[in-house]
Amino acid sequence: MSDIQYKAAKTVREAVGLMAAAKGKGYILAGGTDLLVQMKSGARTPGVIVDVKKIPEMVSVVEKNGAFTIGAATPAAVLGEHKKLRKAWPGVIEAANLIGSTQVQGRASAGGNLCNASPAADSVPALVAAGCIVNVAGPNGKRAVPVEKFCTGPGKTSLKTGEIVVSLTLPKRPKNSSDAYLRLIPRTEMDIAVVGVGVSLTMKGDTVTDARVGLGAVAPTVLLVDKAAKALIGSKLDDAALDAAAEACSAACKPIDDKRGTIKYRTKIAGVLLKRSAMIARDRINGIEHRGHRPV
Amino acid sequence: MNAPSTTGKYKWIGTRPDRPDGADKVTGRARFGADFNLPGQLIGKVLRSPHAHALIKSIDISKAEALPGVKAVVIAKDFPEQPNLIVPTGEMQVNLRDVTRNVMAREKALYEGHPVAAVAALSETIAKQALALIKVDYKVLPHVIDVAEAMKPDAPLLHDHLLTEGANPPATKPSNIAKRIEFTKGDSKAGFAKAEIVIERDYTTQAVHQGYIEPHAALASASEDGQVQVWSTTQGHFQVRGFCSRLLNIDTSQIRVTPTEIGGGFGGKTVVYLEPLAIRLSQKAGKPVKMTMTREEVFRASGPAPGGNVKVKIGATKDGRIVAAECTVEMQAGAFPGSPVGPSCMCSFACYDIDNMYIVGFDVVSNRPKVAAYRAPGAPISAWAVESTIDILAQRLNMDPIELRLKNAAKKGTKTAYGVTFNTIGMVETLEAIKNSDHYKTPVKPGFARGVAAGFWFNIGADSSAASHVGEDGSVTVISGNPDIGGSRASLALMAAEELGVDYDKVRPVIADTASIGFNFVTGGSRVTFATGLAVVNSVRDLIRELKVRAAKIWKVDPDGVIWENGMAKPAGANVGTFEPLSIADLAAQAGRTGGPINGHAQLNVTGAGPGFGVHCVDLAVDRDTGIVTVGRYTAAQDVGTAIHPSYVEGQLQGGAVQGIGWALNEEYIYNSKGLLQNAGFLDYRMPVASDLPMIETILVEVPNPSHPYGVRGVGEVPIVPPTAAVGNAIARATGVRMVDLPMSPPRLSEALDAATPRMAAE
Amino acid sequence: MAKIHITTTINGAPTEFLCEPQQTLLDVLRDQLGLTGSKEGCGSGDCGACTVTIDGRLVCSCLVLAPEAEGAKIETIEGMADGDTLHPLQKKFIEMAALQCGICTPGFLMASKSLLERNPNPTETEVRYWLAGNLCRCTGYDKIITAVLDVAAEMRESAR
Repeated sequence: MSDIQYKAAKTVREAVGLMAAAKGKGYILAGGTDLLVQMKSGARTPGVIVDVKKIPEMVSVVEKNGAFTIGAATPAAVLGEHKKLRKAWPGVIEAANLIGSTQVQGRASAGGNLCNASPAADSVPALVAAGCIVNVAGPNGKRAVPVEKFCTGPGKTSLKTGEIVVSLTLPKRPKNSSDAYLRLIPRTEMDIAVVGVGVSLTMKGDTVTDARVGLGAVAPTVLLVDKAAKALIGSKLDDAALDAAAEACSAACKPIDDKRGTIKYRTKIAGVLLKRSAMIARDRINGIEHRGHRPV
Repeated sequence: MNAPSTTGKYKWIGTRPDRPDGADKVTGRARFGADFNLPGQLIGKVLRSPHAHALIKSIDISKAEALPGVKAVVIAKDFPEQPNLIVPTGEMQVNLRDVTRNVMAREKALYEGHPVAAVAALSETIAKQALALIKVDYKVLPHVIDVAEAMKPDAPLLHDHLLTEGANPPATKPSNIAKRIEFTKGDSKAGFAKAEIVIERDYTTQAVHQGYIEPHAALASASEDGQVQVWSTTQGHFQVRGFCSRLLNIDTSQIRVTPTEIGGGFGGKTVVYLEPLAIRLSQKAGKPVKMTMTREEVFRASGPAPGGNVKVKIGATKDGRIVAAECTVEMQAGAFPGSPVGPSCMCSFACYDIDNMYIVGFDVVSNRPKVAAYRAPGAPISAWAVESTIDILAQRLNMDPIELRLKNAAKKGTKTAYGVTFNTIGMVETLEAIKNSDHYKTPVKPGFARGVAAGFWFNIGADSSAASHVGEDGSVTVISGNPDIGGSRASLALMAAEELGVDYDKVRPVIADTASIGFNFVTGGSRVTFATGLAVVNSVRDLIRELKVRAAKIWKVDPDGVIWENGMAKPAGANVGTFEPLSIADLAAQAGRTGGPINGHAQLNVTGAGPGFGVHCVDLAVDRDTGIVTVGRYTAAQDVGTAIHPSYVEGQLQGGAVQGIGWALNEEYIYNSKGLLQNAGFLDYRMPVASDLPMIETILVEVPNPSHPYGVRGVGEVPIVPPTAAVGNAIARATGVRMVDLPMSPPRLSEALDAATPRMAAE
Repeated sequence: MAKIHITTTINGAPTEFLCEPQQTLLDVLRDQLGLTGSKEGCGSGDCGACTVTIDGRLVCSCLVLAPEAEGAKIETIEGMADGDTLHPLQKKFIEMAALQCGICTPGFLMASKSLLERNPNPTETEVRYWLAGNLCRCTGYDKIITAVLDVAAEMRESAR
């Protein structure tokens, strides 16, 4: 740890330059709630720590023509306080707001959560269900990546040396759309998701016209479960459709046995949470709010 | 919360004034273990075994010693060998030969995390670099974690010399079973022959950690003349002194240990880990050495409470009278012998009046950290099994679980399996308190189910010393020697104020270091308010005796003619004379002329600590699809003797109950196939958080202990004993599934629900 | 490695310090600035004993690098009382016995203060979820929650 450096970048260009120069030993510091834990355990040993929180577009939320571009380092608590964003994407926001405690929420960001690439990351299933686009900047310019293709394995992303995630874009919403995210944890807070499911729906009357399902903590990366979405589309979210979608989620699981859950349990829960989150998304479209326990 | 019945009986006892350390604790001014620093101090760090079981063939510290900034390195040879001698530590017993090896490994590393070397350096960074330069040549050995596995004849052997004490016939081959104990009352075989119903079950529990939020910390400063000063976050600074004295061959009078404020202990801080290392490093370096454990070290290397396997068999007649009971407890000791299997066996049926009992216990070593005391050590493990079995009996007989317990409740005159006959106790009163409680009388809400369970703990007395003296203005200082882990200072001041007849605010309680007050046994065993309270009361009575002597001198009368009333010396009657009452301030002002400073003191070894009984009631709901349990309502009733400061008594019930809920639902040590701990942090060692719980209602049943002037009974430990079975019993009634293994975490409960072969009634 | 010079504001007082890049804010508060009221319970953001606010936002100082303090306004438990007048939460915690050993208390006070500043009328459930990141092993949380709810009610009352 003796040649570690800390640098606060003021622009995206500066951050990219620092990361490129660090040749693989550079680490982005957003909220630090993953990076510092890993530094202390020895899992990551910087190099150069590039603090991006002074770069305006990385810590702000911009709405344009109904689409939202979220700065990758924006604290989850700030996202939760954004009324319009919460109204359009309650599932994405509740997912981001489940990352850790109130204190962690003051720092942790959706971008950091995504880039840490834990299979159990809370924000990612909801981002996948939302059809989020990841805006990357690097030494060779910018590129946009669909979020479901961004993580390539546990702790691994498709970022190349020198590239950073600048922001996340949530597309403009059709009317009568909403989303939801549910996770299963053993306690009521403070746990890593044993299973996480994000569902985004568009409905016409009581029929689902579009759906996307993101499934987390049951495979090396968060999964986009097309089969589950297809089972919901065209249905009235009746038992048969929900059962089929739940089964599709259970079938898509490739989980492990670990200190948080067994293969059997995770596979079962994937289906249970799919049904419950689909109902919440539908309720929201119908104006029934599920606010959870947000105190502010 | 009920208002205790002592209201009106006393002026101060039973009230709820501010605690004397309150302002310091809410402002951050109070100094805990890691908050102490000395100029020029070095930082000490420990090198720990990465293996669960290994021979230590050699250790090369030369490169570490040569690193600039490193001032001392210690390994086993820096600590003298210890005799095979058993000493008490808190409520458990340890062998000095084992203690020194636990503090610093000698021949073998016996658990992952076992200290093998320690360094002191100018900074934490350098200390860590030094650790990386120490070369240890390990020969990795097969390891064993599980108790049942460790008991097998072909299990990897931890100690070559360990022959099972108490084996019948005597053991000739070494094994991992350190001890076999048994308790007998009556004839259980004959008893079972008379039983009309017999319930038999096997249960398991996992190791759980005390979970104190403050990691271990110590600061030691050794002088060239052989004196040593230590600041330690400990439940027993005299204990620290005693252990360090033996482990390092230093006279106890040369070691002065100051207890810092302590951030939780629950029994886990009645032993030494860092102190001997810090002292030895300080001696070698000639500078103070500060050492703290990281949270990971706390989990890997400080003693948890043991897990165990418990078999229970209960026989009853159809009217619900229990006629025979048997129990076998196989308990983890960790790497060295000394689990609380004894208390576990003794407590197992102590709540009940049973004529025929046979209880057997095994103390079993395995490659885990050496266990330490945790709130009623051993009792929660047997209670989980016994109270679950009693609930099965209640279901079989279709009898209310409180009525079943009332029918069999221990009373004054009940003889326990371990031979003691109870004096005045509160088991029946506590059961009645739950029976008549608002909680129990309220119908269970739809979707919820209710469970009850009882629990017992002996509580102890042991040694305490106390002193009191007056200031020139009449205010009083009361000195004792027990670290305050739960608000005991306030209770001591309340008793002193009551005894003296002065305002609580005029009494200042102080916790003295080992040089400034006589010996005190640890803060533990629920003993401080009882035993140290008694010592404080006696020291104040001694003070009052002296104050009366001074008044007698001033009035030139016989000391028998002086009484003490409402904080004043008064003539006993008109025949003694007409004198204005003299306050403490008046007497203090004339102290020099009447004999010198006015002090009182007392020292005692107390017996007669009243045992405690608790009965808990919980309403909970189970999500059948996920196995998630939601606790809806929780009530803890307990016989508390006299609640000196009711708020802190309530706090003991609430805190212990919540620890028990965590034990029931999610807490456990998880090991991989290499014997390495997988969840050494608060993320995956899942203790209850605020959102997991409802308010914890408490019912303080006051059945005064006849052996204490204010009727005090120990209260701190009983509350952790009933919760696991209370929760398990509610789950059984919610789902029809009887869980026998702890914790009842969602994956396990879900699996049991899916398998759904209800074991409760069908036999 | 050269140390970084940081200028910041702590409890309203302009403060400067030197730090290594990998030191945490908690390290600096405790080991260099003498502000030992924030505690290290776990070092990984799981217990909340190190809770402070940065620019009004509740954070775990064990997960903040010391250099990040540059130009920020930091509040710790040592700044909660006003001179010798305790904050209503501090007074209520003592009065209601909402602490036993007291190690978690600074973190709970910082977190509760932040909650009541944002939501003067929280429900019991909202208080519990807000405080879920603060572990307490002694009290079972009951008296802490009661104290916070009582102060909230009193503050609403005096605001009328």
